[in-house]
Amino acid sequence: MSDPNSTLVKIRDLHFSRGSKAIFKGLSADVPRGKVTTILGPSGTGKTTLLKLIGGQEKPRSGRIEVDGEHVAGLSRKNLFSLRKKMGMLFQSGALLTDLTVFDNVAFPLREHTELPESLIHKLVLMRLHAVGLRGARDLMPAELSGGMARRAALARALVMDPMMILYDEPFTGQDPISMGVLLELISTVNKALGLTSLIVSHDLGEALSISDHVIVISAGVVVESGSPDQLHNSESAWVQQFLNGRPDGPVPFQLSAPNYAEDLASDEERLSV
Amino acid sequence: MFNAARSMGEWTLAVLETLGRASVFLAQTLLGMGAAVRRFSLVIKQVYASGVRTLSIVLVSGLFVGMVLALQGYNTLVQFGAEESLGVVVALTLVRELGPVVAGLLFAGRAGSALTAEIGLMKSTEQLSGLEMMAVDPFQRIFAPRLLAGFLALPMLAAMFTAVGVLGGHLVAVDLLSVDAGVFWSRMQGAVGFYTDVLSGLLKAVVFGFVVTWIAIFEGWDCVPTPEGVANATTRTVVKSSLAVLGLDFVMTAVMFTV
Repeated sequence: MSDPNSTLVKIRDLHFSRGSKAIFKGLSADVPRGKVTTILGPSGTGKTTLLKLIGGQEKPRSGRIEVDGEHVAGLSRKNLFSLRKKMGMLFQSGALLTDLTVFDNVAFPLREHTELPESLIHKLVLMRLHAVGLRGARDLMPAELSGGMARRAALARALVMDPMMILYDEPFTGQDPISMGVLLELISTVNKALGLTSLIVSHDLGEALSISDHVIVISAGVVVESGSPDQLHNSESAWVQQFLNGRPDGPVPFQLSAPNYAEDLASDEERLSV
Repeated sequence: MFNAARSMGEWTLAVLETLGRASVFLAQTLLGMGAAVRRFSLVIKQVYASGVRTLSIVLVSGLFVGMVLALQGYNTLVQFGAEESLGVVVALTLVRELGPVVAGLLFAGRAGSALTAEIGLMKSTEQLSGLEMMAVDPFQRIFAPRLLAGFLALPMLAAMFTAVGVLGGHLVAVDLLSVDAGVFWSRMQGAVGFYTDVLSGLLKAVVFGFVVTWIAIFEGWDCVPTPEGVANATTRTVVKSSLAVLGLDFVMTAVMFTV
């Protein structure tokens, strides 16, 4: 039995680049087991990339990511797939298979990975769909679902193999208040009831912080702050305060770096007069 | 001059890089073939999607191509008093060339473009990533069944194209131009060889089916996951696979009928 207070995901000195752009420059962080952890950061900081690195869909240039003690980038494809069976991932779009009904989507991992009889699969799928409130939508196709329903169906699919951890990629983006409330409740309840570890990447501050036990804030490729939501609110970092309070100017400037304004205007006049 | 050389160099490197990626993709897909064969229901589903749904356009085209062949052939042959050989001309042209080639081109336009769009959209809606994260290998579950299905479907489509084309030729030659039916069939039977003509035509169709499907699924998998990227990939599939069919047809004809 694993130590309930241990670290499930350990990231050390992670470096990753996309083309010539460095995304992570020595990022180190820990995701505690059995808790809801949120990774916060502005758009384009590589939050989704970090989830892909944890899931082994991308390989780091250097550094180490361990999930449940296993070095993800060093695993063979077979062992990586074994590890992924213990993880669920909720994509921003839901990523439901569009040619299958909601029921068949949730049943899909069970049919692919187990030899369970259809009668048992039927019961397991209905239990998961009931948990996310979509038992009545079992025969609908993904195109017939709203964005919030698609994410709930995808959550049911992510839960059906009883994973040890669920990765949520921007689960609150573009949700109406009711769908948002439902998702928050579900993530929180499911984590407690099933004893999971949840890792959320988001830039929806209020929602994410309301259900998080632990928060990691990343910017410019490194962790700028981590701790409980209360610790984050009391942070002395000017960057964190600008991010939490949504100030338009501060350490992250309103203006992108550009030549001197007056010179820039003058140079345009010269160009037009030529 | 320098810029032209540099552009040529960049273009060559890009082509080699794409060929390399396509080869690695093919190797991974072939490694997934065992799993696809074990779950043959997935292959059957794809034979239906890419083969059966292309059937109507193949049958209608085959009929018209056979009818036109008979009309054109008759006009030439009648000048030499050789109109009894019309059946031979129609059958050999269809069996050796037009059956596999035109069916291959139609398959590229109808099934190839649909395959690229389907896989490109699966990529852009994160369904392929979703499969990977569910520990389901897309090479075994998605690509290998589609490649095997294309490999099986096109020879059947080409055979049906040829059969309907011969019937179309018969319709024009016998019913319209009053060529003797017995002579039409017997000359054809005497001139068309099973190994030299029918099997070589089928071999062409097998190769075309494999190449067109490979290009189609690779372009879908390799596309930029945006609406524009999927549209461009679909266009590339039709252009590349049509050119591949015509180029390979020349090479295979040169090898099979001149050596």
